[in-house]
Amino acid sequence: MTASANTLLEVKDLKVAYGGIHAVKGINLEVKEGELVALIGANGAGKTTTLKTLMGMVKPAGGEILFKNQSTAKIEAHDYVRHGLVMVPEGRGIFGRLTVEENLLMGAYWRDDKAQIANDLERVYQLFPRVKERYKQLAGTLSGGEQQMVAMGRALMSRPKLLLLDEPSMGLAPIIVQKIFEIIRMVAAEGVTMLLVEQNAKLALQTANRGYVMESGKVTFSDDAAALLSNEKVQQAYLGE
Amino acid sequence: MDIFLQQIINGLVIGSIYALIALGYTMVYGIMQLINFAHGEVVMIGAMVTITCINFLLGHHFNLSGPALLLVGLLMAIPVSMVLGYTIEKVAYRPLRRAPRLAPLITAIGVSIVLQQLAMLIWGRNYRPFPAILPTEVYSIGGASITQVQVAIVVLTLLLMAGMYFLIEKTKMGRAMRATAQNPEVAKLMGVNVNHIISMTFVIGSALGAMAGVMVAANYDQAHAYMGFMIGLKAFTAAVLGGIGNLGGAVLGGLLLGVIESLGAGYLGDLTGGVLGSNYKDILAFVVLILVLVFRPSGLMGERVAERA
Repeated sequence: MTASANTLLEVKDLKVAYGGIHAVKGINLEVKEGELVALIGANGAGKTTTLKTLMGMVKPAGGEILFKNQSTAKIEAHDYVRHGLVMVPEGRGIFGRLTVEENLLMGAYWRDDKAQIANDLERVYQLFPRVKERYKQLAGTLSGGEQQMVAMGRALMSRPKLLLLDEPSMGLAPIIVQKIFEIIRMVAAEGVTMLLVEQNAKLALQTANRGYVMESGKVTFSDDAAALLSNEKVQQAYLGE
Repeated sequence: MDIFLQQIINGLVIGSIYALIALGYTMVYGIMQLINFAHGEVVMIGAMVTITCINFLLGHHFNLSGPALLLVGLLMAIPVSMVLGYTIEKVAYRPLRRAPRLAPLITAIGVSIVLQQLAMLIWGRNYRPFPAILPTEVYSIGGASITQVQVAIVVLTLLLMAGMYFLIEKTKMGRAMRATAQNPEVAKLMGVNVNHIISMTFVIGSALGAMAGVMVAANYDQAHAYMGFMIGLKAFTAAVLGGIGNLGGAVLGGLLLGVIESLGAGYLGDLTGGVLGSNYKDILAFVVLILVLVFRPSGLMGERVAERA
């Protein structure tokens, strides 16, 4: 696979090590503009580590990360958002003792365009009427599903060029998980490019355009999501069929 | 003269100073779970710089009124304390950001001792009288009396607290501070420069501390290189009493501790049949600290909002 003009993110031979343990052992990955790409695999395969490295929270041991054809190596961790790289972290990362609206405004922290921020806030409220009903409540008092909506809304307030989602379904009841994936499709329909890390492989591949399968720090399969869904080995290992 | 009312007034005056210092402790704790034991010394240096500055102006025959002299002294002391607070964090705590929690705590005690000794070298070991420049007018309310200086202390403290409330609750920087206190990693993802926020926390706390130092010196008419130790410990107690990390708690804890101490000083002699006199009032603060730690370690307002997973 070669990088084309509309390649947003390109990861080349990325290696990450934590205190001698090689969590990511040289992976290649690509996300094109407008795509929804799923990164699936078992617990401990290195998916979350990969995402954290993409956001500059973990320094790579080798390889290269290109965002819009430019290396991200020199970007300070708190400046990634200014380049359009936004993440909804594992466990949602809601500020529990801030109100819902304050959480959303934190997403727009790096921006100065007050009028546009107010517009975006309205848009998020339209997307998630449930969140609007509770805008004055402390976010910590919301249910898990509602918190995930706040986390997604907060990420949209950052005006992402690439949105990284880390295990959005984690810890949620199956019916809520369906709802969360509906939200992901809604956000994709808004034209946001996304890289989705998920243990719920089936749902992730049903939602995504393309997918990568990770296994002990390596990418073992990569293909169109539909092809991966019908791949026998992937089915046996990750789809429980 | 009504002793009870008098002690309440005295307690509220000293309590509001405790509250101001406690804000510095609790803000830093809230954001990085560190007890900055050097904060008391920042308070002391604020007082010392102000006294030195006023004496310099008096010695060089500047024809300024008392309040104007005090204002100039404060305008010198506040920036000095802000720079000091900023430097302490950068030099002593930042390199230990990822160290086990005991390391910065010990460093804090070390910084505190260094600053005390430094103050001794500069200002000597004797008590420094606060220059007699302030009005000595006394008002009387219901049989109790309050000096003009005490009124000024309470009014200024209230204004500073209102300002702090506005800063923390209503501004973008305050929102970022609260977000950083809850989850620095996620705040960073939103574009918050966490190092900058921590620096600002020290700078603001130190500015409040400097003003509190001047208030203590003006209230007791003196300052001393070791004064930061006791006042710092009391303010720390106030912060724990209110619930450390909680700004409203620091204010409540400070006022309560001031009143408890003051009432204790007024009645300890009578209650113990003369065995303990008012000079034992200091032990009351620490009895309070121990009781809080035993019966309500999270403090009066330290209840956390239930956060669902």
